[in-house]
Amino acid sequence: MPAALELKAVHKSFGKTAIINGVDLAIEKGERHAVIGPNGAGKSTLFNLISGRFPLSTGNILLDGQDITGLAPNEINRRGLARSFQITNIFAKLSVYENIRCAVMWSMGYRYSFWKRVAGLRDVADRAQSIVDMINLGRRRDTLAGVLSYAELRALEIGVTIAGGANVILLDEPTAGMSNTETADAVALIRNVTQGKTLVMVEHDMSVVFGLADRISVLVYGQVIATGTPEEIRSNKAVQEAYLGTEATEESE
Amino acid sequence: MAYQPPPLIHRKRLLTWGLTAAVLIVMPLIFKQSFALSMMSQMGIAIIFALSYNMLLGQTGMLSFGHAVYFGLGAFFSVHALNAVGAGNFHWPVTLLPLIGGVAGLFFGVIFGYVTTKHSGTPFAMISLGIAEMVAACSLMFPTFFGGEGGISTDRVVGNAVMGITFGPSIQVYYLIAGWCFVCMVAMYALTQTPLGRMANAVRDNAERARFVGYNPTHVRYMMLMLSSFFAGIAGALAAINYELVTAENVGVVASGNVLLMSFIGGIGHFFGPIIGAMLVTFIQSALSNYTLAWLLYFGLFFLVMILFAPGGIASLITLHKPAWEVAQVRKLVPSYIVAGLAGAVLLVGVISLIEMIYQVETKAEQSGTEMSLFGIGFDAATVMPWVVSVCILFVGALLLWMASRYVRSSWTQVAAVINARRSA
Amino acid sequence: MEFFLVTLLNSLSYGLLLFMLSSGLTLIFSMMGVLNFAHASFYMLGAYFAFQTSQAIGFWPALVVAPIAVAALGAITERYGLRTVHKYGHVAELLFTFGLAYIIEEIVHLIWGRAPVEYKIPAVLDFSAFSIFSTQYPAYRVFMMLVSVGMLIALYFALTRTRIGLIIQASLTHPDMVESLGHNVPRVFMTVFAGGAALAGLAGVIGGNAFVTEPGMAASVGTIVFVVVVFGGMGSLAGAFVASLVIGAVQTFSVGFDYSLLNLFALLGIETSADSAWYDLWKVTISQAGPVLPYILMVLMLIFRPKGLMGTREG
Repeated sequence: MPAALELKAVHKSFGKTAIINGVDLAIEKGERHAVIGPNGAGKSTLFNLISGRFPLSTGNILLDGQDITGLAPNEINRRGLARSFQITNIFAKLSVYENIRCAVMWSMGYRYSFWKRVAGLRDVADRAQSIVDMINLGRRRDTLAGVLSYAELRALEIGVTIAGGANVILLDEPTAGMSNTETADAVALIRNVTQGKTLVMVEHDMSVVFGLADRISVLVYGQVIATGTPEEIRSNKAVQEAYLGTEATEESE
Repeated sequence: MAYQPPPLIHRKRLLTWGLTAAVLIVMPLIFKQSFALSMMSQMGIAIIFALSYNMLLGQTGMLSFGHAVYFGLGAFFSVHALNAVGAGNFHWPVTLLPLIGGVAGLFFGVIFGYVTTKHSGTPFAMISLGIAEMVAACSLMFPTFFGGEGGISTDRVVGNAVMGITFGPSIQVYYLIAGWCFVCMVAMYALTQTPLGRMANAVRDNAERARFVGYNPTHVRYMMLMLSSFFAGIAGALAAINYELVTAENVGVVASGNVLLMSFIGGIGHFFGPIIGAMLVTFIQSALSNYTLAWLLYFGLFFLVMILFAPGGIASLITLHKPAWEVAQVRKLVPSYIVAGLAGAVLLVGVISLIEMIYQVETKAEQSGTEMSLFGIGFDAATVMPWVVSVCILFVGALLLWMASRYVRSSWTQVAAVINARRSA
Repeated sequence: MEFFLVTLLNSLSYGLLLFMLSSGLTLIFSMMGVLNFAHASFYMLGAYFAFQTSQAIGFWPALVVAPIAVAALGAITERYGLRTVHKYGHVAELLFTFGLAYIIEEIVHLIWGRAPVEYKIPAVLDFSAFSIFSTQYPAYRVFMMLVSVGMLIALYFALTRTRIGLIIQASLTHPDMVESLGHNVPRVFMTVFAGGAALAGLAGVIGGNAFVTEPGMAASVGTIVFVVVVFGGMGSLAGAFVASLVIGAVQTFSVGFDYSLLNLFALLGIETSADSAWYDLWKVTISQAGPVLPYILMVLMLIFRPKGLMGTREG
């Protein structure tokens, strides 16, 4: 069985600066995988490469065994990979419900049709409503996304990401900037919405990482220096030197 | 949780559209003068054109400076089709001529849209302008098709009368325009409620995110541009029938700018905004141009003031009052509005007299001297006094308006407090 | 040969004039993200101000006074117009400058009328500088080139040797970083906007009398300048420079060629008559097609190289 997501010798340079320097990574189906690493290690760039936002310099990316290298983001999304953004990236002048609805339409096969009434599409409405409820924004269903609170926006961000029913979900710092209770809610939400799916997340909060991830990869200077279960990572010497030793300063930021 | 789709036709919708249709039907029975009728015909055409423009600007976030290309080319193709029908080379009912215009518009939308919609934002705006200039320059190169300076004229009365309808009398043309206007309004509104229409809004808000939910924003923009050029072509065909003349001006940059002004003044954020804008601007253009040669300047100033102080257009000024209306607080705002209106009128008098005096002295003096009259007062613009008075009025008006704006603001603060209190209750 | 040399010089002087406009437009666009629709209107105002000033106190003072007056207008536009609409986004900014261009044209109608004004080349420069075969080349054209090149050099030093110039340069390559530099961004914006307006005004002073000073000049030059900016690549000064010269040459040279496709057909031995299909298209001469050529070049560029000649980014 092919891996859900596989990176083969992925390189990315901006000008002369190499940001991603030969990353090999295989993520199994149903796995919850966290990518950690100090600031500037290239975690967000890695997500941008996987999701097609930036082109690769060299290397290959396989989704469910199929090569998706060089495809446009919308093509990659249609093949079952969805991502969230570190800085909330939603449709500000649409309501919460409409945001979700836009995110489910393609996957339900309605494409660019201009002869069907959106309000008449039962399947779209049911699915959008169930996702709004799942992300606990039922009360804010008809509020414009632009006026939501920060935690609500982050929940919507996750909702828009998972709405299309993609099998591989990439979450970029889903709990960044949240209070402890908000983080706990977010973790419960992530656990809930990614059941039966493959999750890859970038996260700074170690309690989230160690609580949620089946396996962890440590990215330092554009290279994966270790991949393993939380216990293996915790006890890995190289990781401790390169990364966990700086955890205190990371979190105080 | 079984979802029940809302009925396609419900009471509120039936009322809105029924009322719109009724207004379209009844208007010429109330305003029977020929200039009123021709103005209403113009309004109908402008409404279709402005709504089609807003499919780009308001709904998809594409600022086009070349939308008249589709309007004008639609008009040219229809006028040639009409002439062919007149010559007996081609059979097509005049009633359905707008379809020919629409298809012509669509055809050029397919071609030009392919080039322009690969871009968005400012590059799209510039390229649309470049295409408009290109078509305008071409229009002078091919006189056989575009008719050179004089344009192409036609006769809309062709073939046999069907049930007494010849489209000779302008009232019949009005009803033709009104009918198409109604159909196009419904169609364009319906379009906003489809998957494509909703995704156009999503692309407008955040094209990148649209990509990450599976949609290609370029494709959405392209489709919206094609559909919008179809409606623009319909409007162009109606213009050809209405005026029986199509000139190179119809494809020109000025015409493109005009539809932009209409939509923006009306309000691009609401479906009905461009309708208001089209009616108001058409009215201003025909009414004001009778009184002063400087009307374009007043019009431009009005546009600039709207951008600076009410970028949402008239539609947003109306909807701004919806919450106040719901808690029955609008009457608390009325006194401050009256005061502000009076202060604005004083300022306006100052501006108008200065502009008209400059105009008299600089441009009209050679023919008619510097004697003039404004607001029923006769004076000589070559003397100092009227200038001093005008400048004083201007400053007093500005001062009054500044004070009035504070009054309006404080009234709004009170109303907002009531609204918030009701909301949290 | 004679025709070629004279036209080459003419296209060079025109191209340099275009660059004085497109450089300002590019700088403003790169810094502020605003495509200034009224940029060519500042060019027109420069010409009209120079006309008025030169009637009162002569051409040489006008060469200084008019650009300064236009720069002041530019500063006011930025301070009280653009800065107000900035919060509504780029579309509103673009529309504001569009409305401004509209109003400036109407004000020019109002004050100076619709007909061209008699803004003449100063008598001191109204002689022939040298002759190319039988053609006397006017000294004023040489003067135009000197002023443009002088301006170019001044601009180059301003951009490379002054503090504000370095900030502007940084913003060309890293538009998002300017604000984090800790400089007084609004004031930098105002300076750039006023500077761009001054350049346009100066172009108007020296171009208005060489060509024609009329209310339509803003619209006709304005779109060409946009074509130059798109063709050269938005945000690239070097691209704007090359594109200015190319578009200037295309426009100037096309005027001189009265050949059409019919001539080509005749050469190839293809018989054509007024009844042939598409006869209208075949009989268009290059000089007639001249006005369209820049736009066709632009569209071709967009199809094959959307970023423009030397552009690094899109919008």
